[in-house]
Amino acid sequence: MTAPLLGYVERPGLLHTLTGTAKLVLTIAMVLAAMISFDVRFLAALGVLSMIGWALSRVRLRDLATVLWIILTFMVLNNLLIFVFAPGYGSELLGARHVIVDGPGRWDLTQEQLFYQLAVTLKYFAMLPAVLLFVATTRPPEFASSLHRIGVPYKVAFAVSLALRFIPDIQREMRTISQAQQARGLDISRKVGLVTRVRNVVSTLMPLLLGSLDRIETVSSAMELRGFGRGRGRTWYDVKPMRTRDWVTILGAAAVVAAAIVMVVVDGGRYWNPFGA
Amino acid sequence: MSPRISPVTRVVAIGIGAALFFVLGRFLAIPTPIPNTTINLQYAVLAVFAVLYGPLVGVLAGLIGHVLVDATGYGIWPTWETGTAVFALIVGLVMLHNHVREGEFPRRTLVRFVLAVAIANAVTWVLWAPIGDVLIMGEPASKVFTQGVLAFVANSVTAAVLGGIILGIYARSRTRTGSLTLDR
Amino acid sequence: MSVENPRSGGSATSDRPDAEVPVRLRDFSFRYRAQSEPTLRGIDLTVRRGEKIAVVGPSGCGKSTLLAALNGLVPHVHAGEASGSIEVFGTDPGAAPIIETSRRVGTVLQDSSSQFVGLTVAEDVAFSLENQQVPHAQMPGRVAEAARAAGIADHLDASPQQLSGGQKQRVAIAGVLVDDVEMLLFDEPLAMLDPAAGRAAVELIDDLHREQGRTIIVVEHRLEDLLHRPLDRIVLMDEGRIIADLPPDALLASPLLREHGIRPPLHVEALRLAGAQVTAGQHPADLPRMELSSAQREAVRTWVEHAPADPSRKSATAARPPSDVEVPALDLECVGAILRRPGASADVRALRGITARIRRGEMLGVIGSNGAGKSTLARVISGFEKATEGVVRIAGADAASWPLAEHGAHVGFVLQEPGQMLSQPLLEEEIRLGLRARGLDAEEIERRTARVLEVTDLRPMRSWPISALSHGQRKRLSIACVLALEPEILILDEPTAGQDFAHYSEFMDFLARINAEGTTILLITHDMHLALEYTDRVLVISDGELLADTDPAAVLTDEALAERADLVVTGLFTLARRCGIPDPIALVHRFVAADRAERSLRADPGEGAR
Ligand SMILES: Nc1ncnc2c1ncn2[C@@H]1O[C@H](COP(=O)(O)OP(=O)(O)OP(=O)(O)O)[C@@H](O)[C@H]1O
Ligand SMILES: Nc1ncnc2c1ncn2[C@@H]1O[C@H](COP(=O)(O)OP(=O)(O)OP(=O)(O)O)[C@@H](O)[C@H]1O
Ligand SMILES: [Mg+2]
Ligand SMILES: [Mg+2]
Repeated sequence: MTAPLLGYVERPGLLHTLTGTAKLVLTIAMVLAAMISFDVRFLAALGVLSMIGWALSRVRLRDLATVLWIILTFMVLNNLLIFVFAPGYGSELLGARHVIVDGPGRWDLTQEQLFYQLAVTLKYFAMLPAVLLFVATTRPPEFASSLHRIGVPYKVAFAVSLALRFIPDIQREMRTISQAQQARGLDISRKVGLVTRVRNVVSTLMPLLLGSLDRIETVSSAMELRGFGRGRGRTWYDVKPMRTRDWVTILGAAAVVAAAIVMVVVDGGRYWNPFGA
Repeated sequence: MSPRISPVTRVVAIGIGAALFFVLGRFLAIPTPIPNTTINLQYAVLAVFAVLYGPLVGVLAGLIGHVLVDATGYGIWPTWETGTAVFALIVGLVMLHNHVREGEFPRRTLVRFVLAVAIANAVTWVLWAPIGDVLIMGEPASKVFTQGVLAFVANSVTAAVLGGIILGIYARSRTRTGSLTLDR
Repeated sequence: MSVENPRSGGSATSDRPDAEVPVRLRDFSFRYRAQSEPTLRGIDLTVRRGEKIAVVGPSGCGKSTLLAALNGLVPHVHAGEASGSIEVFGTDPGAAPIIETSRRVGTVLQDSSSQFVGLTVAEDVAFSLENQQVPHAQMPGRVAEAARAAGIADHLDASPQQLSGGQKQRVAIAGVLVDDVEMLLFDEPLAMLDPAAGRAAVELIDDLHREQGRTIIVVEHRLEDLLHRPLDRIVLMDEGRIIADLPPDALLASPLLREHGIRPPLHVEALRLAGAQVTAGQHPADLPRMELSSAQREAVRTWVEHAPADPSRKSATAARPPSDVEVPALDLECVGAILRRPGASADVRALRGITARIRRGEMLGVIGSNGAGKSTLARVISGFEKATEGVVRIAGADAASWPLAEHGAHVGFVLQEPGQMLSQPLLEEEIRLGLRARGLDAEEIERRTARVLEVTDLRPMRSWPISALSHGQRKRLSIACVLALEPEILILDEPTAGQDFAHYSEFMDFLARINAEGTTILLITHDMHLALEYTDRVLVISDGELLADTDPAAVLTDEALAERADLVVTGLFTLARRCGIPDPIALVHRFVAADRAERSLRADPGEGAR
């Protein structure tokens, strides 16, 4: 329940001074570019760009230690699994086969496989930090107005803000409810049989859900009483004016996506193949 | 989904649904040995939202919730987030025109719900997400399909069993017109 | 504050009768869809512009429903059938969209935390402006102004989790103030506030009324606190009808409040019990200025002096420090708790160095301001929160390593917020749930269920779904669930919040009875009179520290202590001073004894004055 959560980190960094809108556009562009391309050089460049972003925003390594740890574990596991399931996929893709270690059965380690797995890993490294960076440098109240500004309907944008508003409440409530039920004698540990346990899990989940459904009614009444949905649009209290640096960022974002597309054209496909098949 | 739900209520349902998805997904995930694959209570809850508030609310709540889970943890993974949205969409569409909100949850509706969950999970985890992973992330097909089938089985069972129980209890908590009297 | 009422400009309104009479109900009735009987019956009510009105009545009588009819939630959100006529500013709120009505009517809902929709205070206050598409540049000014008026300007950047109950209440008020509405509806604004914050809220509401001429309707159980500032009229409701609609003085002088289970302000009750009934002409609503005849003063003095020897000390055991031989029910040794907040915010030190021993069979009060740490202490004792320092011993054993279920077997804890305990669709099932988990046999389950339903007066609605209960009824249900488990130690967090007198005295008397049979009881409360009446010892907590561990009467007589704990003396103290009684505590004790004697006489007239 107390799992650390990456959240906004207050620091006087460069990225902190940008508007949420600009950062959002940049983040989306980075993710998009990383999705499009499979060029190892380009992906590495994107990764480096993210690292520069981290440095400029002065987010310390300590702030993300746990998150990085999770990602690292995940990468290692994912690579192992790919190798277990498809040890020859690299050769298949790149049309060449240079064995480095002659493993048991079909599990030979080839240069192509290594290269392919490096590309997959780099892809994640190009994609993931951008999002984490956005979260760490943007105040949550700015999320909604940024989404609205890039064209998301205001009702959906406000729903995002509501989600952020209620996460801590629900988190605390979940804890209290599960405790209250355990104190009444509902055991959810391994000591009781599976059926009882499922039933008891349901009785902890139920108050949370019934409470939340109830809450939907009261919150929407409260919002309606205060005029939500009155007009076709909505203004926002928490919004920063767009400045030159924001426009520059957005231009940069466009360039990143364009570069990804250019690389596909240049390489004649999404993969860059140094093994020259 | 009944047509009488006001647009404001839907907005709130999206927000609170996403928050629930986030909290359950983040703090109650029971890991399986396959990475990025856990037994998830949040899909049961999402299915319930799709049934009660319709496919649109389901899609957006799932999408927002899942993006928040990933964006504060290990970063975006587009095929799986959109997969969640597809799941909610299918459950919501198959379950259109139910009367659970009015307190009616007959066996027929339960069967439909179980089917909806099974179809939605199949499409999402055996088709959408693995194909997306192969196309976009360039992952090997054998790996992602194995992950997908595991996710399909685990999610179908939890979502059908828990979702069914939840809807049953919810329906019983809704009362029929004019049924309450004080008995002194 | 320069937010001006657009209609306050004089006689132009005379040809617009609807502007002069914001509320006009004629024979209005309403039945919720699920109910077979109407909840509001034949309501006739007229409210003129600039009036300030209180609505009182037993829990579940339809007060919240009445407010919902005025702002349109009934029937737009809660479906049902209405009859008769209802006009709010000349239009029927049931026919107009809620948004139209909300332009002129602002509502502060009963549950102020669900009203909080922004991520920060400023954003929440601005919510209504955002919806009206007020340009961004104008917002900060208007938000700051409203926040200042509501006394929350220092917390504009705080998120809702960082605010105490009282502060959230203020945010809710600021949120309707920015909007410049003509009429304000408050649903139990004081329920969770400590006495000092309650007074401040009453004063704020009064300022809105006097300085800005807004029409105000307040629903509240704490009538005595509400009367801290003048009211124009009090509407008394019972079972969906309006019983009386009178100026406060007239209503207080009549027996109506008592007849319908509402406790009149304590000084009025004391005068009546002393045989010196007040009349409306003496202005009983305003204690400091109320006219008391010398005969009345004399009557109160003799009434206090001729108190019968007091046999009815409250708990089974008197307040003496536990001897060394017996094992205390609860032994706290230097208990401290640090609460972690998610994200980057600093941890909170909610408790430090709490040391107290509580003997078996004691009834103990825990008092202190909002955010003092009372609920946290209760959570630590019940094992919901780990004590980060010190030792908690329950029945002599160190409880640190107990699982929650073990805690639960010894300690029953009724949470402050009933929603967090209720999980079943139907009321009776909720009570049975815990009993079943304990593995009791069917007969025993039935016996206990029947007993607690009786005590909490929920028997008439035992087969109802929980979603159809009013706030007060839910709270009573959460109490019933824990009472049914019959624990050795019982902790109740604000059991009387949002309850009417008749209901709460019923279950408080039940608590007193099981206490006499040996159950140890901890009462967390903001109601000083409750502490005086039912406990002989209170723990005063402020800022996480134990300020005092003493007789409740001593707390009130120690002005410095009362101030630090945000306590306010009850009307009985003022009455004692006005009657020239040197020891106000003597008056309190006399009052409690006489009050109790009268109640037991009414409960079972056969046995008479036991
Ligand atoms: N949504 C609903 N559906 C059916 N019945 C309801 C609903 N809401 C309230 N009731 C019933 O209507 C009656 C009046 O409820 P209401 O909430 O107006 O009481 P109240 O006077 O505000 O009580 P309290 O002081 O406890 O808040 C109660 O008996 C309650 O059971
Ligand atoms: N889960 C939590 N995380 C962080 N801080 C908390 C948490 N719960 C309470 N607090 C803080 O701890 C302090 C004590 O809170 P607690 O709920 O014990 O107060 P209380 O005395 O019960 O107040 P009230 O009369 O308003 O109920 C408050 O300042 C509150 O903001
Ligand atoms: Mg009410
Ligand atoms: Mg509390």
